[in-house]
Amino acid sequence: MEPSLATYLALSGILFTIGATGVIFKRNALGMFMCIELMLNAVNLTFVAFSRYYGDVTGQLFVFMVMSVAAAEAAVGLGIIIAFFRNRLSIDTDDASIMKN
Amino acid sequence: MITSALFFLFAGLAIACAISLVYHKNPLYSAISLVGVLISLACIYVMLAAPFIAAVQILIYAGAIMVLVVFVIMLLNLDDDKPINRLRHLYVFGGIMGVVLLAQTFFIFYAVNRAPKQAVVDTTETVGNTLSIGAGMYTEYLLPVEIVGILLLMAVVGSVMLARRLEQPQLELVVDSELEKRGEGELEDEYRIRL
Amino acid sequence: MEAIVKQLFPLVVLFGAATAAFGVVMIIVAYTVLAERKVLGWIQGRIGPNRVGPWGMMQPFADLLKFILKEDIVPDKSTKFVYFLAPIVAVTCALMPMIVYPFGPAITSIDLSFLPYGLGNGIRQIPLTIGQIDVGVLFVLGITSVGVYGIALAGWSSNNKYSLMGGLRSSAQLISYELAMGASVIGVVMLAGTLDLNGIIYAQIQSPFRLYIIPQFIGFVVFLIAAFAETNRVPFDLPEAETELVAGFHTEYSALKFALFFMGEYVNMFTVSVMATTLFLGGWYFPGLSYIFEVGSVPYALLSAGIFILKICAFLFFYIWVRGTLPRFRFDQLMNFGWKFLLPVALGNVILTIVIVYFLNR
Repeated sequence: MEPSLATYLALSGILFTIGATGVIFKRNALGMFMCIELMLNAVNLTFVAFSRYYGDVTGQLFVFMVMSVAAAEAAVGLGIIIAFFRNRLSIDTDDASIMKN
Repeated sequence: MITSALFFLFAGLAIACAISLVYHKNPLYSAISLVGVLISLACIYVMLAAPFIAAVQILIYAGAIMVLVVFVIMLLNLDDDKPINRLRHLYVFGGIMGVVLLAQTFFIFYAVNRAPKQAVVDTTETVGNTLSIGAGMYTEYLLPVEIVGILLLMAVVGSVMLARRLEQPQLELVVDSELEKRGEGELEDEYRIRL
Repeated sequence: MEAIVKQLFPLVVLFGAATAAFGVVMIIVAYTVLAERKVLGWIQGRIGPNRVGPWGMMQPFADLLKFILKEDIVPDKSTKFVYFLAPIVAVTCALMPMIVYPFGPAITSIDLSFLPYGLGNGIRQIPLTIGQIDVGVLFVLGITSVGVYGIALAGWSSNNKYSLMGGLRSSAQLISYELAMGASVIGVVMLAGTLDLNGIIYAQIQSPFRLYIIPQFIGFVVFLIAAFAETNRVPFDLPEAETELVAGFHTEYSALKFALFFMGEYVNMFTVSVMATTLFLGGWYFPGLSYIFEVGSVPYALLSAGIFILKICAFLFFYIWVRGTLPRFRFDQLMNFGWKFLLPVALGNVILTIVIVYFLNR
């Protein structure tokens, strides 16, 4: 069974689902960040699959932009996590609740 | 036949690493699993005739971004996630949402298979290689490239600002105000972290 | 039956070629270890190992036997999975670039019609590269970037503060210098117009200078310095110097796992030497050879492959020579040098090349 466009989209959907589940169930800020990266990668796969099946290079260029945005997000996000950790000694997101109920 | 065997191998590897990413409570194991996902996806990109994007994915995503994440995990010496007592019905909601998303995935699969087939445009030689990507980047898509450049500059400035070491009096001010809110005393010396 | 053979034939050829390349790389690496000890001995006024065979030629086999038979000690509190994974990652990422090494020119003179099932019919040439990837240079740089994980994970999983410090320092050094290495390659890629390693060699043959070391001399020097840092060799080997952090990230590894790290370091040296030869010294090209032998014949290809190996051995000798000659950098001096001097010089080289190429193409 040759993989068709639908197969790649299904794989992308499954990875996106797993990433979304991870973002919701993880308590660790770094774990959430990594699940967001997984979702971004699933979307990259969709772009590349469409670029191949429609013969347009736009998909791959967009993947490039998404990767650059992910790199920028990683830099700033990790900076925020380090700053958070310095004050609280843990990156548990349930500890980030200094607003009272 | 070999193409589909390879595709199922890499797809299976990607899904297994993704499930391992979500399952492990230790952040380092999650990071290693994410590197596994990235490399499997790079192999799939090569199968989709996008060698440049595959090489860039390994170079930037697996080779730079994830190394940064692994550094942060090692330097901060993070522990595993602690077990929590969540309300039971939240798990049910989460499970239903997961099943709904998965059903949407299979619906997409079914819909694309039912759509009128378009002949696969055989542009293997011209679409994925570096020349066409470079040509596209600097002619038709020049504005996004410039915006991404400025975005990366913002990221560099932002991360330097966030991670700079505060002067000692300012740091003590922050920590003292936080401790007052919690009603505790002074931090002992061993908890002062210098990063 | 015929269909299955036709489908599997490329895979069989691929595995055969990969095994042959692996054999070549392993033999060269084994004798590099011996050569290092002998050449260092000569520089330091003594003879290296000479007991095990004539001139110590069987020493690598003795070393291999020692590593296999040593007792394998695993620290008790280490994270077992990551501890076992780290040397595997290091060696795999060191060996993977052998797929794109351009060992020689393509052989066009052999007629392959003796193969059954008509397998040899459409083949016009036998390339001497295992995989002709369009983006060879990026592939090698990417795999080198992933090789950092081997060191970082080894340092962390040993449950030893000296290993952790050594591993983190070594990884920080690696990721700093891989930027300078990539930037120094951009000039060559711009002159050649392609990222394919074989394409770069052909572009060098057709360029007026014949070797890209002449127009890209600054790039060559930057690449060489970054290569020394990437492979953790003197003068940048603080993370694994014996007087500093015990043995750095591989303190807690013994016997075969240490042998894997050791081998990984030498294979990395080999990879970087191949890159330097291909990008700056013209790879397998030797100027007068095409007048003696016909281009595309078997003797031409084999002699060119021999020339390639000779150039690589010259680079490996240079590595060993520098090890015997220079003192090592302190870690903060190393990081300062990488970020504040080498990277701006590499980027300056890129800008200079852009300006010159633009005005030459007007």
